[in-house]
Amino acid sequence: MRLLRSKKFRINLVGYGFVLLSALGIFFFNLGPMLSSFYLSFCNYDIITPPKFIGLTNFYNILFNDKIFWKAFVNTVYYVGVSVPLRLLFAFLIAILLNQKIRGMGFYRTIFYLPTVTSGVAMALIWTWVLNPSFGIINMVLNFFGIQGPAWLGDPKWAMPGIILVALWQVGTQVVIFLSGLQNVPTQFYEAAEIDGAGSFRKHLFITIPLISPIFFFNLVIGIIQSFQVFDKVYIMTAGGPANATIVYVMYLYEKAFTWLQMGYGSALAWILFFIIMMLTLLQFKFSKWVYYEGGR
Amino acid sequence: MRRYGTSFQQTYRTLIAYVLLTFGAIVFGLPFFWMLSTSLKPIEDVFLLPIKWIPNPIKWNNYIEALTAVPFGRYFINSTKITLFSIIGHLISCTLAAYGFARIPFKGRDILFFLLLGTMMLPSQVTIIPLFIIFKQLGWVNTHLPLYIPSFFGGAFYIFLLRQYFMTIPTELEEAAIIDGCGYIRIFWDIYLPLSKNALITVVIFSFMGSWNDFFRPLIFINSPDKFTVPLGLAGFRSEMGNYWHYLMAASVVAVIPCILLYFFFQRYFIEGIALTGLKS
Repeated sequence: MRLLRSKKFRINLVGYGFVLLSALGIFFFNLGPMLSSFYLSFCNYDIITPPKFIGLTNFYNILFNDKIFWKAFVNTVYYVGVSVPLRLLFAFLIAILLNQKIRGMGFYRTIFYLPTVTSGVAMALIWTWVLNPSFGIINMVLNFFGIQGPAWLGDPKWAMPGIILVALWQVGTQVVIFLSGLQNVPTQFYEAAEIDGAGSFRKHLFITIPLISPIFFFNLVIGIIQSFQVFDKVYIMTAGGPANATIVYVMYLYEKAFTWLQMGYGSALAWILFFIIMMLTLLQFKFSKWVYYEGGR
Repeated sequence: MRRYGTSFQQTYRTLIAYVLLTFGAIVFGLPFFWMLSTSLKPIEDVFLLPIKWIPNPIKWNNYIEALTAVPFGRYFINSTKITLFSIIGHLISCTLAAYGFARIPFKGRDILFFLLLGTMMLPSQVTIIPLFIIFKQLGWVNTHLPLYIPSFFGGAFYIFLLRQYFMTIPTELEEAAIIDGCGYIRIFWDIYLPLSKNALITVVIFSFMGSWNDFFRPLIFINSPDKFTVPLGLAGFRSEMGNYWHYLMAASVVAVIPCILLYFFFQRYFIEGIALTGLKS
């Protein structure tokens, strides 16, 4: 009995030893900061003087007295609403093309994947130049077709579409996830459909899409979570301008917390963001009846 | 007859696929090509219409001028140091934790693992403000410590990835080792690590990309230019250089090269790593 207990004890000890560093990480770099950020969101705090508890004032001010917050919120919803569906569609089409068994595929995969592996800051810089109204290649192509291109990042109406273009270019991760799903679709299904005379388009519509719907779902959830936190591109390309036309949620949070040192206000913003993301994720799971799981759920 | 039909259809489909793929590749590759082309042009050709695609004469000097205009060498050393330490930190903390979670039935394991996965759901914006305050009190702000020390304390994604991999290793190996009198530490070191080379390389690559390309955290924690990382330096260079696009593109090429090289050499691991996260979730 004593021996058994001591063996159990030793296993526990060794186990804790293995996970010690990570457990410390969970408590000191995640849960602890999470709790203190929650507390700070009810405080006025500028780093220099100690935090002062002010109840729900931050939340009240954000929701009812802060025009720029609502501007940032609407801009972010615009960015998410346009870029997420387009990226899903785009990534899916590219994945279908890349799934063909033809020669030279490694080359094509590399090209489609490169924008995703390289630094976001460099990508944003390249695109600022690509979208240059007078000398950029986009307007040059438009010009070729007789269209006068817009001022893109300099025009409040076109700055956000410009940023969304960059997001469309960085779909490599989603493509790879779709590809891995496509490669798991059993070929018998396609063969059966071919015997029934189904064309390429119908085969994908009726076989591929239902079978990889879990992957669609995964990409959708991750896509929404990530797009809601868009920052690098916006910071480099427009810094929120012109006239706050591209100020997005995290950009505004960054400015409040680290430019104006309103740490309490910033924490409240962070918690509202967290709440929005959680709600969206839960909603998606609730309405995920369209997802097909092989062998039931 | 039928066979002829299918093979004709096959050729037709392959052709369409090639056309679409090539079109897509041009659209995706063009900005890169243009970056390279701009980076090698003399300034008067940068603002020339119609666009000159192939730079003539080729001005290699742009690179030297761009890289010496601001201390890019310094940024490179800083980024390399931070990235290297981050990778080492992740390798140590995440392999240990992954083995503990995969194979040692200690008390409270499931709760802890659940908490760990929960941290993946937590947006970094929620924790960044308190972390900034903590690091400020420790006197770590404007040093590189906040950028790599946390990786010595785990990373949920890497632990999850390694744990999934460790779970596929048959336990018979382990049982044999226990009869042999090996302890968990020996089993971890002598069996699990050598068998997990692929998973370890995947972790190294993702840790590299996460650290090398990170912009948000350096922006918050670093403020003196001699401590800048490459992305920070690039952003600073942009505000300094304004319209000198040949210099900006030269600097971008240099910033992008390590990632591209890494991708070329370890393509397989990129794809496997991403696919693994997609499937397992």
